[in-house]
Amino acid sequence: MRTWRLPPDIDTDQLAPGHAMKDGRLEVLARHCLEAVRPEFHDGVRRGDVIVAGANFGIGSSREQAASVLVHLGVAAVIAPSYSGLFFRNAFNVGLLLLTCPRALDIADGVSLHVDARAGVITLGGGVQLPIEPIPDFLLDRVEAGGLLPELKRRFRSPTPPENP
Amino acid sequence: MFPAATLAQKLVARAAGRAHVRPGEIVNCRVDLAMFHDSSGPRRLAPMLAEIGAPIWDKNKVVLVIDHFVPEADEASHQIVRFARDWAREQALPHVHDSEGICHVVLPQAGYLRPGLFAVGGDSHSPTGGAFGAYMFGIGATEMLGVVATGEIWVRVPHTIFMRWTGRIGDGVSAKDMVLHMLGRHGMNGGQYQAIEFCGEAVAALSMPERMTLANMSAELGAQVGLVAPDRTTQAWLAAHGVELTAADIAPWRSDEDAPGPRHAFDASMLEPQVALPHSPANVRPVSDVPNTKIDIAYIGACTGAKLDDLRAAARVLAGYRIAPGVQLLVAPASLRDREVAEREGIVRMLVEAGATMLPSSCGACAGYGSRIAEGATVISSTARNFRGRMGAATAEVFLGSPFTVAASALRGVITDAREILR
Repeated sequence: MRTWRLPPDIDTDQLAPGHAMKDGRLEVLARHCLEAVRPEFHDGVRRGDVIVAGANFGIGSSREQAASVLVHLGVAAVIAPSYSGLFFRNAFNVGLLLLTCPRALDIADGVSLHVDARAGVITLGGGVQLPIEPIPDFLLDRVEAGGLLPELKRRFRSPTPPENP
Repeated sequence: MFPAATLAQKLVARAAGRAHVRPGEIVNCRVDLAMFHDSSGPRRLAPMLAEIGAPIWDKNKVVLVIDHFVPEADEASHQIVRFARDWAREQALPHVHDSEGICHVVLPQAGYLRPGLFAVGGDSHSPTGGAFGAYMFGIGATEMLGVVATGEIWVRVPHTIFMRWTGRIGDGVSAKDMVLHMLGRHGMNGGQYQAIEFCGEAVAALSMPERMTLANMSAELGAQVGLVAPDRTTQAWLAAHGVELTAADIAPWRSDEDAPGPRHAFDASMLEPQVALPHSPANVRPVSDVPNTKIDIAYIGACTGAKLDDLRAAARVLAGYRIAPGVQLLVAPASLRDREVAEREGIVRMLVEAGATMLPSSCGACAGYGSRIAEGATVISSTARNFRGRMGAATAEVFLGSPFTVAASALRGVITDAREILR
């Protein structure tokens, strides 16, 4: 896991620019993801990389492509002190793990780290541990399953629907 | 006895089938109404519904509004809109509003909203419904799929932040100035995805379209919902739009006197017109702080800033005048109904005689659809967002202001306090 540092207030138009939304395909949108702040991001990001950002990540529109484009690019998690509430819901629904970490900006760009979401801790290379805010179990289950869609598929495709969360 | 509760708690408790809910707990709610549009709706929902093999849980509780890609500007827009229309027909959806205006304005005008309702919308400005005392918030397409398939959604019961406005706003000052001022003070995540309740005598004095402006921009304030407790103004407006309610229907939907939550105080009588500078709605200054700011385009549009009262405000400033040479004034009324009333009141004629170009009633340039703003232009807009590139031009500089301020700025060619013209 390698980190990509971003400033605060990354809005949904930076993640999923409106001008690239009409096409509908994530691979098209991905070429424009974060082009205004880190134009090298979409080419350089590797599966399992992590975004580390300032406060208010994901503010703006309800378009969930802002989260699914990061999943498409292989981003394993976002670490930030706070998120737009609407983006937070969307992320877990499309299988993107968000970690709320007040000390996110103690993490440098381009370093490796280890995340244990259930234990609620991020471990940096030197062994430094940063606490993260607890996430409800049903959301961790959802993100591990790949989002709400597979959950609904199980519920409607299986003969005996599982209990609600 | 249960402890004192906020309006937001009461709305969530009702939808969760509970007598009382505590802030912070996660509950499952039954959805009374699900609204989506041509961008967030059919093109995303149809393939996913097919994939999970589920029907729509209750077609009577679903409303489709086609407002984003109309009128169709290119082939891609044609395809998106055609897909939405075909799917609505195939599903036999009973509630479809095609090219009648912007969803957040069409919804109450068509009589879908009322106090006590629990509703979701596939658009971030869905908190607009909070102006009617409904718990309404925006969700993404996958979450909408969950609602459309199951009729349910989870909510973390919010705390309530009370924004209490005393006094009365002056002439030439509007709800837009109030909400921009709150954004300047509390920032784009000041709402912390909790509930905001707008209250106090200055809020009670506002018309329904003005209250909708407050609730609409609680999205920019980062709240899940922005509520105004319903009162006689709500009751009268709804009655005029076909929804007859008794005083008893409205009475339960208010916060208890001693309900918990932080309270922020504002004095409306001291408020001067506000503008948000590029490129954030929270980058707010009083209009007097940006003297001699030349503008190329003045835009009155969107669910935020082109409702009937917004058009009336613009006409009051512009009546009998001509806009400055070289300035373009674009007016896109928020709904056909608003446009028709504005035509009857002679407002549209006044705007056109002043030099305005009337545009279709759809989302339009607010989000870079339809007629886009030119590159390099300086814009004053009555819309809600001025993120870089939002209106379709990466190099445009967009200022946000009230319809009064936009109209006055069109007249002078520089950002102007409308009170200089109205007095």
